[in-house]
Amino acid sequence: MRAETRIGFILLLTPLVLWLGLLIVIPHIDMALISLRERISFGVYEPSLAQYEKALTEPLYLRTFGRTAVMSVLATAITLLVAFPVAYYIAKMAKGRLQQVLFLLCLIPFYVSELVRTFGWMILLRETGLISSLMQWVGLADQPVEMLYNDAAMMVGLVYTSMLFMVVPLVTTLESLDDSVIEAGYDLGGNGWSVLREIIIPHAMPGVVSGCIVVFMLSLGNYLTPTMLGGKDSLWFTEMIYNQFIVRSNWELGAAFGFMLLVLSSAIVWGMLRLTGRTLQETMG
Amino acid sequence: MTPDLAPDLAPDLECVDLVKRFGDTTAVDNVSFTVPPGSFFSILGPSGCGKTTIMRMIAGFLEPTSGDIRIKGGSVLDVAPNKRPVNMVFQHLALFPMMTIAENIGYGLRRRGLPKDQITRKVGEALERIGLPGIGGRKVDELSGGQKQRVAIARCMVLEPDVLLLDEPLGALDLKLREHMKVELKALQAAFDTTFVYITHDQSEALVMSDQIAVMNHGRFEQVGTGQDLYYRPDTPFVAGFIGDSNRWTGRVERTEGEAIEMRTDSGLVMRASGAGLKAGDRAEIFVRPESIRLASSAEALSVFDNRLQGTVTSILFNGAASRILVEDGVGETLEVTLPQSGEFAALKRGDAVHIGWGSVQGTCFGRIA
Repeated sequence: MRAETRIGFILLLTPLVLWLGLLIVIPHIDMALISLRERISFGVYEPSLAQYEKALTEPLYLRTFGRTAVMSVLATAITLLVAFPVAYYIAKMAKGRLQQVLFLLCLIPFYVSELVRTFGWMILLRETGLISSLMQWVGLADQPVEMLYNDAAMMVGLVYTSMLFMVVPLVTTLESLDDSVIEAGYDLGGNGWSVLREIIIPHAMPGVVSGCIVVFMLSLGNYLTPTMLGGKDSLWFTEMIYNQFIVRSNWELGAAFGFMLLVLSSAIVWGMLRLTGRTLQETMG
Repeated sequence: MTPDLAPDLAPDLECVDLVKRFGDTTAVDNVSFTVPPGSFFSILGPSGCGKTTIMRMIAGFLEPTSGDIRIKGGSVLDVAPNKRPVNMVFQHLALFPMMTIAENIGYGLRRRGLPKDQITRKVGEALERIGLPGIGGRKVDELSGGQKQRVAIARCMVLEPDVLLLDEPLGALDLKLREHMKVELKALQAAFDTTFVYITHDQSEALVMSDQIAVMNHGRFEQVGTGQDLYYRPDTPFVAGFIGDSNRWTGRVERTEGEAIEMRTDSGLVMRASGAGLKAGDRAEIFVRPESIRLASSAEALSVFDNRLQGTVTSILFNGAASRILVEDGVGETLEVTLPQSGEFAALKRGDAVHIGWGSVQGTCFGRIA
């Protein structure tokens, strides 16, 4: 009996161990080793911290690094602001069928690939696109307007891609809030704002934090949206990693960049948890 | 808790011709009542009778279709729920789980913008009053059911509302605690000296605590009165059937003499009971409570009663003080009779022959619309 349970346990654990080991741990160890060496000549490498030194002294790299962090935090904040009312409406105000339909509507964009969705935005926003033509037709503009390849377009794309991952945890936590608790908030003299601040938001906090963590990670690691909507000047850190690995074949620097990104995302998630006074365990459990 | 030094005559709460319709269904149908200051008023009815709708209208979460709600004489129809001098204890209490006990109780005071030291003092006093001093720093889920109950009341009472509404707050408690909280609620009401409006489907809660009880059915008030009124002098068959248990017979009235009535039941028995407004030939229904039927081993002991039956015990329903027996009479009907716990019938068992009897005053007769 005990032997059987042990075999069952091992069998259940195997896929997870394989997945973590083969796809996460081993590549990261290899990446760490690559990032900690320097190419002396063809096929000759020497252990050194030169890659990190280069990454931290070159202003372009540093600026891109900082900019990616700030923009990702901003995208997370905007996503939260947009998603909260949507989630509140779905969880608390919509009833029965409408609730399901609205939830499905949030999901529908994910039926098409991210590439196609991003092309959709390009069709709308480009110089010869729908919005530009419409503005000329109405008379708001007298020449084609280019709305692509700037930070705003990139932000729109990032928020759009992340919406679902914020709405789902928010809806789940808001649904678990008893309506009578909200009513009690009003009954005891609260107005809409104070009920939101003292009752609804504190209750939704686990959803807010887990949604923010997921959206932040997705934005930080997003490659497609910044490249396509932000254009050449988007200066996204993942593009830099891509360039080092693929364009320059400089795996050493690319690996160092990758580690910097890992440290950055860990630090910001940790900071977010500290700021809201939660532990990772509470948020995920 | 400022006692009215100059008591004005306006009742604390007054509902006038209150109507609430949801589409085609009328949830509350022309209900009027007044609640005098400092009293404990209960609305008692089966689930779905519209009692919660009345409460939500008083609290301001629903708007009446027509009619008026007045608190201390002034209409509150145009007052938002958060501005009404009414607070509500919710069915599942709705304590704020994200706050400590002290923050829960202080919530309403913070909304009023009271200075911090005053809030702390008032919260301390309230905790003192409900007999739970020093628990202010605890979390809601660290309290027992009864303690949460008291905190929910304290959270409302610190705001000194004119009327406190309670929506079946004892429903979630286990039986023993519920019995205890009944007494405690009544004591709290006396201590706070505030008008309580209590809704429940549990007649014992209503009977034990209330000064006045309104029995509600299908959106209407069937009868408003004290517990004794409802129990001894029900106005309608619904009240007679809802408050306490009853044995019932339907039949046709044969003779009337003032309030005294003689009816032949459909099973052929002749019974005497009392009821107003009936005449010979009317269809009628007689209600007799199990506890007003006397049990005896011989017919002579029952000679003072004008209804006497003989039967056999078919079942003994032992339930401590509330034990009953089922008696099958000569025509095959089964009656419930309370089993006295004086020891006289301790040896009673299934199949024994017994005599039962009750006075005509104990039987209440209502006309039936054929």
